[in-house]
Amino acid sequence: MLTAPEWQALALSAQVGLWATLACLLPGISCGWLLARKDFFAKPAFEAILFMPMVLPPTVPGYLLLVTFGSQGFAGQWLKNHFNIEFAFNWKGAVLASAIVAFPLMVQAAKLSVQMIDRRLEQAASTLGASPIKVWFTVTLPLMSPGILVGLIMVFSRSLGEFGATITFVGNIAGETRTLPLAIYSATHQIDGDAIAMRLIFISLGFAFFALLLSNILSRRAEKWLGAHRA
Amino acid sequence: MLDLDFEFNRDTFCLQVCAKFDAPITGILGASGSGKSTLLAVISGLLKPQFGFARLNNQTLFDTKANIFIPPHKRRVGLVFQDGQLLPHLSVHNNLLYGYHNIAPEQRQFELKEIVKLLEIENLLERKANALSGGEKQRVALGRAILYSPSLLLLDEPLSSLDERLKNQILPFFLRIKTECKIPMIYVTHSPSEIEFLTDTHLIMSEGRLGASTS
Repeated sequence: MLTAPEWQALALSAQVGLWATLACLLPGISCGWLLARKDFFAKPAFEAILFMPMVLPPTVPGYLLLVTFGSQGFAGQWLKNHFNIEFAFNWKGAVLASAIVAFPLMVQAAKLSVQMIDRRLEQAASTLGASPIKVWFTVTLPLMSPGILVGLIMVFSRSLGEFGATITFVGNIAGETRTLPLAIYSATHQIDGDAIAMRLIFISLGFAFFALLLSNILSRRAEKWLGAHRA
Repeated sequence: MLDLDFEFNRDTFCLQVCAKFDAPITGILGASGSGKSTLLAVISGLLKPQFGFARLNNQTLFDTKANIFIPPHKRRVGLVFQDGQLLPHLSVHNNLLYGYHNIAPEQRQFELKEIVKLLEIENLLERKANALSGGEKQRVALGRAILYSPSLLLLDEPLSSLDERLKNQILPFFLRIKTECKIPMIYVTHSPSEIEFLTDTHLIMSEGRLGASTS
């Protein structure tokens, strides 16, 4: 059905998506919680910067990644010299690009999920002898979990569709950085690539549909679980 | 038992309280906005007053002069909110044991079985907190607070979201708690009939000041 390069693109997309999702998890929860609960200096500016990748043309974060994390960039050189990690023109760079572009989705989901929590539940827990850390892990985090799950699905889906930042930062190298959208792009530039493009497009449609379906089902379940319908 | 002398300010509201509480149940009667809930939040440690002190059985809860402030989770003061505030992701059983598990076994004065029987909630244990009616929620919230074995139990309008019939069903449980569990209670409400039913000792809260009953 699918040819080897197509499978490769698919597998690479999944790999990049999963790593990007994992990378967004903890920073996303922390930033979301921080934005929902804490007031600090220059919070609006901090929030604006966090959400910028969502409104910028993806080529902009892609180019900025190239000049900072590329082989000539200061962060890129520092990481190579100290940890022997390279992002330029390999799949790890694709993960970084995807994670940065999709990160606002995780923050937004986490922030909303914290804002939905009735603070009196946390107060009730503290008057029952739970320390702030225990309150966080036994009340805040479980009540955030449906939102976190939806955020993760959104990040994964967004990563699967990441094109602009990836191609600008790490190029379009078969087997290394050619994820599904890049493979479609390549196929449309091939003389007899229409059939390939079509197959990959159907896969993308399927992916997108099922990701959104899953996220919808999960949020419904979560609402039911938390009894939002009765409130 | 409880000795209070403090001042709490927020925006234009000022709560000034100087009082001693010794009765098994002290009722505090006041209109909404008079500062009743704020008073309980200060005693439980959810709010931090600007001046003054509070002592419970010779233990200082806070003292601004000595710079002492015991956080709520270390005060052993139970608080039952108006709508119960049961944790929606836990079953009734696990809600009941939430505070119970936060104290050392030798500090536990009550066992799940006896409290469940006392409050007649045996058949609710496996349910989710959201699947309960208002009256059931309040009984579970009360049980949860008692199982934490608090040295003082604060009740913040525990029945105001219930209708008259349910109120009359639940009120006797507070008397049961008084005689069986012997935990001193401060019961805040805007309903004189609830106070009348529960205790002879009551104070009036008005515009942030606590005064003796005029009746």
